[in-house]
Amino acid sequence: MTQPSQQHYRRPPWVLLLPAVIGIAYLFLPLIGLLIKAPWSTLGARLTEPGALTALRLSLITATITTAVCLLVGVPVAFVLARTRFPGQRLVRALVTLPLVLPPVVGGVALFTAFGRRGFVGVLLDRWFGIQLPFTTAAVVMSQTFVALPFLVIAVEGALRGMDTRFEEAAATLGASRWTAFRRITLPLVGPGVAAGSVLCWARALGEFGATITFAGNFPGTTQTMPLQVYLTLQNDPDGAILLSLILVAVCITVLVSLRGRWIGAV
Amino acid sequence: MWKKRTVGISIAALAAAMALAGCGSSGKTNASSTPAAGTSSSASVTGTITVLAAASLTGTFNQLGQMFQTAHPGTTLKFSYGGSDTLAAQITQGAPADVFAAASPATMKTVTDAGDANGTPQNFVKNQLVIAVPPGNPNKITSLKDLTDPKLKVVLCAPTVPCGAAATKAEKAAGLTVKPVSEAQDVKSALTPVELGEADAALVYRTDAKAAAGKVDAVEFPESDGAINEYPIVALKNAPNAAGAQAWVSYILSPEAQAVLIAAGFQAP
Repeated sequence: MTQPSQQHYRRPPWVLLLPAVIGIAYLFLPLIGLLIKAPWSTLGARLTEPGALTALRLSLITATITTAVCLLVGVPVAFVLARTRFPGQRLVRALVTLPLVLPPVVGGVALFTAFGRRGFVGVLLDRWFGIQLPFTTAAVVMSQTFVALPFLVIAVEGALRGMDTRFEEAAATLGASRWTAFRRITLPLVGPGVAAGSVLCWARALGEFGATITFAGNFPGTTQTMPLQVYLTLQNDPDGAILLSLILVAVCITVLVSLRGRWIGAV
Repeated sequence: MWKKRTVGISIAALAAAMALAGCGSSGKTNASSTPAAGTSSSASVTGTITVLAAASLTGTFNQLGQMFQTAHPGTTLKFSYGGSDTLAAQITQGAPADVFAAASPATMKTVTDAGDANGTPQNFVKNQLVIAVPPGNPNKITSLKDLTDPKLKVVLCAPTVPCGAAATKAEKAAGLTVKPVSEAQDVKSALTPVELGEADAALVYRTDAKAAAGKVDAVEFPESDGAINEYPIVALKNAPNAAGAQAWVSYILSPEAQAVLIAAGFQAP
C-alpha cells in the first residue's frame, strides 16, 4: 500500500485509455444485464431457501480449503520451476498449465481414471485404506485444486522470476541456509505475487463446475456447490439462476474487497 | 488529434463487426433460397434445414439426416444438439432455426408459450427409463427396489431435468426412494460414471443404454411404465426455410424414420 502513494498519477494516453474503457465495459455490460434481468422480488425467498445457503457455504468452505492446499503445494512447484534446472523442465511446465486448456469436464474424467474406484491410484487407496474418493466433499476439493493450482503456480513463478536474486545471494553469503533464505527473504519479497495467485486460485475454485460435477457428482450438502446449483436451477428457472449467480458474485466481491484492505495490498 | 483518430478507428471496427454479423445471417437466407439441381420428387424442398434437437436424438437424427439428404438432393441438414431446456431458451432468444425436437413436453411448452412455434407440436416417439449397470450386472440388480441398497452407488438425473422427473415418477410408482450419490445434469452425464465403473447403477433412457451397449447393460423394470417421456417436434415460426422445416417434420413422422427411431430403442408415440 505504500508504493502507490509515492507514484504520480497521470492521465494515461488516449491510445491506452480508449481500449481500457472498451475492455472494462465489455466485462461490465453482461453483469449489468444480469442485474437488470434478476427477479429481485424473490431475493428474500432465495436467500432463506435452505438449498442455496447450503450450496453457498459448501462453495466457500471448499474453495478456501482448495486455496490452502494450492498454497502448500503450488508455492514449492513455482519455486522448483523458477529456481532450478532439471531435464524435462519445459515439459513439466507445460503439464502444469495443462488444466488451463483442458475442458474441466475432461479434467473430471481424468481424475476418475487416476483416483476413481477403478482408477490406478484409487484401486490402491481402496485396497489399502478403504478410501473411495469420488462423490465426496474431498473430491470437490480435488476437482477445484486440479483446475485452480495452475493459476497460483503461474502467478508465483512470475513473481519469483521478476525478483532480484541478489538479496538471496547476500543472505547465503551471510550464512543463511537455503530454507532460511527462502523463508526470510524470498517469500516476503514474492508475497504480493503469492497473494495475487491465491486470489485467482480462490476465485477459480469458487466458480468451478465441470470437473466437480463429473468427479464429485452433484448431491445437496456434500458435493453440490453454488455453480452446480446455478446450472441446475437454469434448467427450469433461468431467472432464479441469475439471482443465484449474482449472490455468488456479490459474496466473492465482498470477500475480495474486504481482504484487499487487510493484507492483499498489491492486488 | 489523437481523440479524433482513435474514435474513427473504433467506429470502423464496429462497422466491420456489424458487416460480419450481417453477412452471417444473410448467407443463411441465401442458402435456403438457392435452387437445387435435379430435384424430382420434392421440388419445393431445398437449401439448409437447421434442426435443434435434444441430445438423446443425436445418433438417430444424424442417421435420418443422411437418409433425408439422399432422398432430397440439394438439401443440407444442420443439427444442433443440446439439453432441451437450453435449446428452448435459444429459440425464445431468437436463434435462427427451422425445427425444434424436444425430449419433454415441458420444454416444448416454453417455445409454444412464447409463440415461436408454427402449428401444434406432435409427439413422434416415447422413451422409457431402464437401469444401466456395468456389463454382466455384477451386483445382480433386477428391480428398482435393489437400488435402495445403501452399499450401491446410484446416479440419478436431477429432478429438474426431464430424465430426473421421470425417475421421480418411477420411484413414486414403486413407492420407494432411491438415495443417489449424485444428481446428474443430463442423461449422458448420469451414464458416464457407470460406463467408467465408478457408479453401480444409473436410471437412464433405454436409447442411451442401447447406444452405450457393451459398456453398460440395461435392466428393464416394471415401474418405468409410469414414467414415459414423450418427444414432441414442431416447425418454428421464424424458420428461415419454412418448406424445409415442414418436410423434416413430416419425414420424422413417416414410417421410414419411425423404423430407424424404434430400432434405436425409442417407442412409437
